[in-house]
Amino acid sequence: MAEVLVYVDHVDGAVRKPTLELLTLARRIGEPVAVALGAGAEATAPALAEHGAVKVLTADAPEFADYLVVPKVDALQAAYEAVSPAAVLVPSSAEGKEIAARLAVRIGSGIITDAVDLEAGDEGPVATQSAFAASFTTKSRVSKGTPVITVKPNSAAVEAAPAAGTVEALSVSFGELATGTKVVARTPRESTGRPELTEAAIVVSGGRGVNGAENFSIIEALADSLGAAVGASRAAVDAGWYPHSNQVGQTGKSVSPQLYIASGISGAIQHRAGMQTSKTIVAINKDAEAPIFELVDYGIVGDLFDVVPQLTQEIQSRKG
Amino acid sequence: MSLRIVVAVKYVPDATGDRHFADDLTVDRDDVDGLLSELDEYAVEQALQIAEDADDAEITVVTVGPEDAKDALRKALSMGADKAVHVEDDDLHGSDVMGTSLVLAKAIEKTGYDVVICGMASTDGTMGVLPAILAERLGVPQVTLLSEVKVEDGKVTGRRDGDSASEQLEASLPAVVSVTDQSGEARYPSFKGIMAAKKKPVESLDLSDLEIDADEVGLEGSWTKVDSAAERPARTAGTIVKDEGEGGKQLAEFLASQKFI
Repeated sequence: MAEVLVYVDHVDGAVRKPTLELLTLARRIGEPVAVALGAGAEATAPALAEHGAVKVLTADAPEFADYLVVPKVDALQAAYEAVSPAAVLVPSSAEGKEIAARLAVRIGSGIITDAVDLEAGDEGPVATQSAFAASFTTKSRVSKGTPVITVKPNSAAVEAAPAAGTVEALSVSFGELATGTKVVARTPRESTGRPELTEAAIVVSGGRGVNGAENFSIIEALADSLGAAVGASRAAVDAGWYPHSNQVGQTGKSVSPQLYIASGISGAIQHRAGMQTSKTIVAINKDAEAPIFELVDYGIVGDLFDVVPQLTQEIQSRKG
Repeated sequence: MSLRIVVAVKYVPDATGDRHFADDLTVDRDDVDGLLSELDEYAVEQALQIAEDADDAEITVVTVGPEDAKDALRKALSMGADKAVHVEDDDLHGSDVMGTSLVLAKAIEKTGYDVVICGMASTDGTMGVLPAILAERLGVPQVTLLSEVKVEDGKVTGRRDGDSASEQLEASLPAVVSVTDQSGEARYPSFKGIMAAKKKPVESLDLSDLEIDADEVGLEGSWTKVDSAAERPARTAGTIVKDEGEGGKQLAEFLASQKFI
């Protein structure tokens, strides 16, 4: 059976959920061979094996943390040359897409980014993508070289599928470009204790109607009652009420959770682009004419300062 | 010596218009007004700021696109860029990111550059990988997704705000940079700028000028194929309730019925 390379996104050995989803998709095409780089790479093996990785290729070197993107491209290329895979799958993070794209140029392959589904096909893997602010769905494939495909979080279920997960050291020699861009300082983002926005099953977002940074506490309280991530519209971020890392929309994150709750968000195309594919959509807005209501499964026309705290309290009392 | 700044820009269908695919499954550019991709305005703005800080700098905007793509170049020129290069060729229709990046890389090399500045992504294709591909093709450092950027003493430095960390980056010139929408509001063209732009030079190049074979680009030369494109079915109309004092409770009831609580 053909092997499929899966690039592993991990934090010091803790595998992030989108990578486990990739293993589910990889198994539709062939046998997953994982590539884990950097500090803690070997520690990823048990989780990867449990979800279907037959092999885990690992490499660690200071270059992975000290220089931007290119050392990881060198390593992924080394894995590609060692394995000759049927496809290369990479999580659709900002960095993942850049790594995938540079690899694709080097190996003379086409690239598809931000797939939301992947199936085996007669002429290679068929990727589903959302286009034009998720108003269209396309099916595409790579027609030259080895398909390089990046896949968005929440595109597949995580499935247990125990496999050998044999750890093998990957030998990597860094090219001249690897040390081109130095990371001179790194400030880790402070953890909020809430789920990662793009990976969360539930997202609670606030917009212009929240009307102030201090008022985001009521959005956070609702999110915490549901174990949800917190999002914000561009208007709220541009006003400085919430960090850009939480922005949902075209120039922020695009999310596809089971449940999306929009509070005080009108639903401009910019925002819709980032949340339109959510399974269930709920909105609370004062303006009955707000375009967000065209998308909702359930909407409340009302003041979020009345509705959201009442909802939070009701959820808490139901949970006992 | 003058600092040579090249800004790569894209002419895209207006994101607020009713965007569609054409019969050949390429982006339909006929039925929706086109314009300079909003995210590229941030790249032009940063180029202008870098040029203002430098003793001597020249900004060239480059685009690959049909005749109308000149509008995007004019916008950038009216903001303050000095000159433009327009790569236009019928054989380019339907190029994917690999074809477009090949053409851009050759056009940028021909123009000459110390720093290439791009937006974070186009607003139509939204891949966000072109700057990384350009760096790979040009064989220079990639300093991408910056929310702050500075060019001085032959170096580019900037801040990249990632998912898990904020990184301070540094690379020697020449380099390829991309900037996010957090890098600073783009200026509006002044009346004087608009008038001046009409007199600024726009050089037209075709594939033969760049020594690129037609079969390396265009729909046929693409390394990816779109097999189908379907409009997402409109979401079925949901229940909309006016809050009469019990809105939060009603919403909780709905969430419970959907097993979210």
